[in-house]
Amino acid sequence: MSARKIAKSKFFFEEDMVESIGEVSDSRREAWDNDAELKVVGKPVPRTDGYDKVSGSAVYTVDKTLPNMAYARTLRSPHPHAKISRIETGKARALPGVLGIISSEDGPDVPWYHGLSRLFDRQVRYAGDEVACVAAETEQIANEALALIDVTYETLPSVVDAGKALKPGAPQLYETGNVMRGKPFQYERGDIEKGFADADVIIAETFTTQVAVHNPLEVHCSLVNWDGDQLLVYDSTQAIYRVRDAIADSLGIPESHIRVIKKYMGGGFGSKLTLGKYTVMAALLAKEIGRPVKIVLDRHEMNLAVGNRPDSVQKLKIGVKKDGVLTALSHESYGAAGAYTSDAGCSWPLRSMYQCDNVKVEEYTVYINAGPGRPMRAPGHVQGTFALDSAMDEAAGKIDMDPLEFRLKNYAEIDQTTDQPYTSKYLREAYMKGAEAIGWKERWRKPGTSAGNLKKGLGMASQIWWGGGAPPAYATLKLNRDGSLRVISGTQDIGTGTYTILAQVASEVLDIPIGKISVILGDTGTCPYAPASGGSMTAPSVTPAVRDAAEQMKAKLISGASAILEVDETALVYSNGVVSLANDPKTSIGIDKILRKMRERVLVTTGARNRNPEGYSINSFGAQFAEVEVDVGTGMVTVLKVVAAHDIGRTLNRQTMENQFHGGIIQGLSFALMEQRLMDSYTGKVLTTNLHDYKLPTVMDAPEIEVIIVSEGDPMISDVGAKGIGEPAIIPTAAAIANAIYNAIGVRIRSLPMTPDKIIRALNA
Amino acid sequence: MAKKSNKGVSRRKFIQGIGTGVIGSAVLPAALSSREQEDGSGTPRHQGQQLVSLNVNGHPVRKLIPPEMTLAEFIRETLSLTGTKIACNSGQCGACTVILDGRAVYSCHMLALDAHGKSVQTIEGMLDGEELHPVQEAFVEKDGYQCGFCTPGQVLTAQSLLNRNPNPTAEQVKAGMSGNLCRCSAYPKIVDSVLAAADKILK
Repeated sequence: MSARKIAKSKFFFEEDMVESIGEVSDSRREAWDNDAELKVVGKPVPRTDGYDKVSGSAVYTVDKTLPNMAYARTLRSPHPHAKISRIETGKARALPGVLGIISSEDGPDVPWYHGLSRLFDRQVRYAGDEVACVAAETEQIANEALALIDVTYETLPSVVDAGKALKPGAPQLYETGNVMRGKPFQYERGDIEKGFADADVIIAETFTTQVAVHNPLEVHCSLVNWDGDQLLVYDSTQAIYRVRDAIADSLGIPESHIRVIKKYMGGGFGSKLTLGKYTVMAALLAKEIGRPVKIVLDRHEMNLAVGNRPDSVQKLKIGVKKDGVLTALSHESYGAAGAYTSDAGCSWPLRSMYQCDNVKVEEYTVYINAGPGRPMRAPGHVQGTFALDSAMDEAAGKIDMDPLEFRLKNYAEIDQTTDQPYTSKYLREAYMKGAEAIGWKERWRKPGTSAGNLKKGLGMASQIWWGGGAPPAYATLKLNRDGSLRVISGTQDIGTGTYTILAQVASEVLDIPIGKISVILGDTGTCPYAPASGGSMTAPSVTPAVRDAAEQMKAKLISGASAILEVDETALVYSNGVVSLANDPKTSIGIDKILRKMRERVLVTTGARNRNPEGYSINSFGAQFAEVEVDVGTGMVTVLKVVAAHDIGRTLNRQTMENQFHGGIIQGLSFALMEQRLMDSYTGKVLTTNLHDYKLPTVMDAPEIEVIIVSEGDPMISDVGAKGIGEPAIIPTAAAIANAIYNAIGVRIRSLPMTPDKIIRALNA
Repeated sequence: MAKKSNKGVSRRKFIQGIGTGVIGSAVLPAALSSREQEDGSGTPRHQGQQLVSLNVNGHPVRKLIPPEMTLAEFIRETLSLTGTKIACNSGQCGACTVILDGRAVYSCHMLALDAHGKSVQTIEGMLDGEELHPVQEAFVEKDGYQCGFCTPGQVLTAQSLLNRNPNPTAEQVKAGMSGNLCRCSAYPKIVDSVLAAADKILK
């Protein structure tokens, strides 16, 4: 067995520092040589689940059925803020086909939102808050029953704007006030006063970003069934183990009695990282009626109740010397949590992106009467980078310096927040190669100098994120006599290609063709633990565990061959399913014979992720360059090209990697130019609850995208050396586009989304 | 599948309501119970089921269905062909695309009864036994997806597009595919896939 120990690791999950003390592999194996040509890893291997996805045979949670299942639907508050005085369900229960109803008047009292509220609260705090849940023979009957539940509400004053919620006399969501935790988050380093005093030029501007909604195409849904005291849950989730444990907490049953399964999932982007109320409601109803219960949200509910990217109002102040050296950075912001706990902070990029000794941050997360936020692809960083890199662009303009040169001038050689070195940082290379690809030196012109009605401009922005992965993460390998292999891990493939990259790593080590490897993920009943698929954690956490398990398997085969051939292990080598004498390859034995002689049908190993190095920061970096065309007659912006040059450690699969970047960049473009949740401040209702009103990009909006990878494997992270890429891809896009728009028209837009009306208004101002 | 009528008055109830000149919670139970009928098992049965007869993936299908059933619901629930996805359920995203008499349509946005006498091809009908169609192969080779949820719709739209224009330019592909949302935004590789599919079919 490989060496194991329990060790401490620090890492960031989404925006929170996490310290884990977990079992880690301590094998201290050599990382793959960056000069060595790998056979499978890094190659554009087609996805192993491709057949299922194109043939329609991929069964998603929303497609699952069980015999005799019932359907549940949720009654949601129509009021943004109200107290419930009575819930009358008699008429609904009398409707033929209605099987059960739970509400705050009928059903267990389950704490929710960290105890801030309940599964069914008597005080509803947003239009969409859960009031009751009905199980019926059909979904249609359940819907009809919802209309028959008579709820008496005493409406309360409401507020759906974070700025207004902060004002004295604003309607209060909680007795403790509208500011989450009762106070702002604060951060300070150096001497901010001195920093501004030392500056030759000070930029002070306010930037705003909108609420965005994840809107994955597969709606949130669960199918649950009790078998005695065992609960089976099919859930469309990015985090099977989190869901399992949270259900156990909510229902007060042992974790071992819950099996959560997710095979295919139709998108999440962060909205599916937590247990949904709907899953618990379905489990309670299933228990009550003694039948499986399926609960499927509709698109309307998707835009109310399952998370969003909080908005932000960010006041940035930048102090800079004439030679381009940053002397001070300050960030004051507020953003809406929605009605329940969710963090709206967005200052991480400002704290960590550029070299600056004097930094001050004050962030308010504010409760309003709207659906609670959830992490959404690079939470905080997307909003924060838009403001920071826009302001950096303004500062460069004020001192008449090329924006790229300005960023190089303030390059952070070490982690600004911890003073630790990075395990690797190739951002300088990303700036250089990205600039070359977009033609920055030859083509960048002074802002507003483009002639004609269609004005072209170039802009750029920088990216920092974590995504180094962490223990604990495990993978189990099962090798059969015929040389076929099963890889099993409690991670999830959320569309990023996890099935494929795990097969690639196993294939690389054991020389087993991809076609003989099958991967099982997303089942707490059978898979060893792996982390939630968020935070760009999956590839860097789980691939080293697979490599560890595969290396153990190889050692096991050599060990078996050594006993069978009666030669020392050190004299043997493994290649292509055969163990042979290093100095006499004719003396050899294959997997089949080794297993037969050992009287094993299946060889099993379990690998673990190594610990993270102490005293180092693991971050991914990148630079994106955008070229836009702005029609000054209509205010329409067309993004012509985006060059994305990134430091991602080792590339695991060229094709899926590029695809992740395409997706992140187009989502970033969409955040920059079109999508936003709109609310009516008088009724407190969301106005954009379908995919027509909530603007998503189509293929027509996709620009030309060039992806350049400037890094190789980072041996300090793991012996695979990959960093996560899901989140880095989206982080700098909006800022790069904003800067390109400024470069095109010479007018700065400081509010997202940069819709035509804002551009026309800015041009006419 | 999810109906959108959970919080408001459905079109059907609305019509019943205007018949009496009143819409209110007081009249709803009566209106509903007049429409439902117990069959003795406690399971309500909709009156007025209607026969729909059509061809699905080359096979004749005859079913009694409630008249308000959409084609997407009919395909997914009645026929259990779950390759057809419902994502918006209101004709805004294209995940439910099927080919109806040779033309790509949003199956969530039409009634199953409107497909009476017609031919429907779903994603399952593209396979030849277990063999992928060249369009499907191209999506695998070019990685024209991420989560895969919109993929059946993308593939069918691509096929319909190539039927009309076997040798499209990239711009024509973009225009032809613009009715199918991909929230993962795998768009560049979707375009690559459709162009590769055209090459495969022309060869």
